[in-house]
Amino acid sequence: MKKYLLAVQYDESTPWPAEDDMREQQARTAKVTADMQAAGCWVFVGGLVGSHATTVVRPGDGATTMTDGPFAETKEQLGGFWVIQCDNLDQALAWGEKCALACGSPIEVRPFEDAQWT
Amino acid sequence: MTTVDLDGVYRAEYGRCVATLTRLLGDIGLAEEFVQDAFAVAVQKWEQKPPPNPGAWIVTTARNRAIDRLRRESTRQARHAQALLLHQPDEPQEVGPVRDDQLRMIFTCCHPALSPPARTALTLRLLGGLEVAEIARAYLVPEATVFQRIVRAKKKIRDAAIPYRIPGAAELPDRLASVLTVLYLIFNEGYASTSGELLRTDLCLEAVRLARELAALMPDEPEAIGLLALLLLTEARRPARVGPSGELVVLAEQDRSRWNRELIAEGHELVRRCLRRNQPGPYQLQAAINAVHTDGPATDWTQVLALYDQLLHHTPTPIVALNRAVAVAEVHGPGPALAAIEHLDLPGYHLLPATRADLLARLGRTTEARAAYDQAITLTTNTTERTHLQARRARLTPDP
Repeated sequence: MKKYLLAVQYDESTPWPAEDDMREQQARTAKVTADMQAAGCWVFVGGLVGSHATTVVRPGDGATTMTDGPFAETKEQLGGFWVIQCDNLDQALAWGEKCALACGSPIEVRPFEDAQWT
Repeated sequence: MTTVDLDGVYRAEYGRCVATLTRLLGDIGLAEEFVQDAFAVAVQKWEQKPPPNPGAWIVTTARNRAIDRLRRESTRQARHAQALLLHQPDEPQEVGPVRDDQLRMIFTCCHPALSPPARTALTLRLLGGLEVAEIARAYLVPEATVFQRIVRAKKKIRDAAIPYRIPGAAELPDRLASVLTVLYLIFNEGYASTSGELLRTDLCLEAVRLARELAALMPDEPEAIGLLALLLLTEARRPARVGPSGELVVLAEQDRSRWNRELIAEGHELVRRCLRRNQPGPYQLQAAINAVHTDGPATDWTQVLALYDQLLHHTPTPIVALNRAVAVAEVHGPGPALAAIEHLDLPGYHLLPATRADLLARLGRTTEARAAYDQAITLTTNTTERTHLQARRARLTPDP
């Protein structure tokens, strides 16, 4: 089995959806998670608070410094992610499609290291 | 057996052998390595007595060498597993598994998770058996670039676990479309190359060969048949497309006696098969358009326009709309055709201003035509097409 990260690329510059739309979207993503669990490939899921609450800790000369804000100042920020396990990329991409449609944001599908190609 | 024969066998069997070995070993890179080993052995052994079935001989030899090597090197668990895989019974002579191996390889090389240039390079290398240097020459890019593309693509196939499988029924339409696009683009690059001379015959022939194989492997897919028909009917006109001094000859001015009648007959037969099936798609419709062009002494433009209307309904892209306008001009005149392309947005595409220029010239709007030709001449990267456009511009009558 291989593990894949399905990362939600959330565009923080878009206006926040209306409450009803938000609830619908949450119901859709919860449904995808439930489907993953039923299929036995769910490992982890989490939604993240916006990048305004992010702090970066950097190493240097044995000490660290802290800065306010995300590591990269881009419009798209990590909005949340799933970790799944499945046989191959085609299965992971099929979940990726479901996730993208459910949350309305692009999904980056990325394999975890160190699994065999069998 | 002479070296020439071995080259022929290599071109014909390389892809098939790598496809089968990839299934057995679970890794494209290893499969290629052992197939090349086996061909190196063949150079020595076949001098006295070539085997009756060279492909099967290569697969068996490659497989045996892989077992030997992996046994010796199986210090790591992974290598051991690969060696174990080789003890599974295999029947490389049977048609079914070999057919499936080839399809697996086609769908893997054209996987939508790979970049389009990587798909093309992998397809030409692994299915066509072209050397990296040949691919680089065909695309006029440095060898290192092609090499890197292939290495990176194979690494992604392995690391992301792109599966070696024929897509299921639900995914098949999308995945097949990706395969057809790759073959179409290979042909197109050969037929109207983006740089340098007009035609690169080797790419055209390779695309036709691969399309033929795909159509044979998937005889129930009308779009696969449609693509093959389209390529054959386009390829058939190639001898007439370039004049004695290497200049471009447009369809209306081509010497039809120089067209390849055999390819046209084959293409027409395939188009008739598609029509009987009646599940039209973009490639079948383009093939049908080309069938009309190659039927009889002159093109029946009313029929071409009807087919373009259907194609535009299927594929509402600006390129199709532009090509349809050429048929509109023939049926309804240059005025309506010009109106049909006025709103099109195709930045950087030289055929839009080139078509506009032709239509404006026919309407006698010479000054505008000249400006449009200038725009097209600046945009084209193909030297033959540039010469052709310059000649058309020079032929414009001066303003009154």
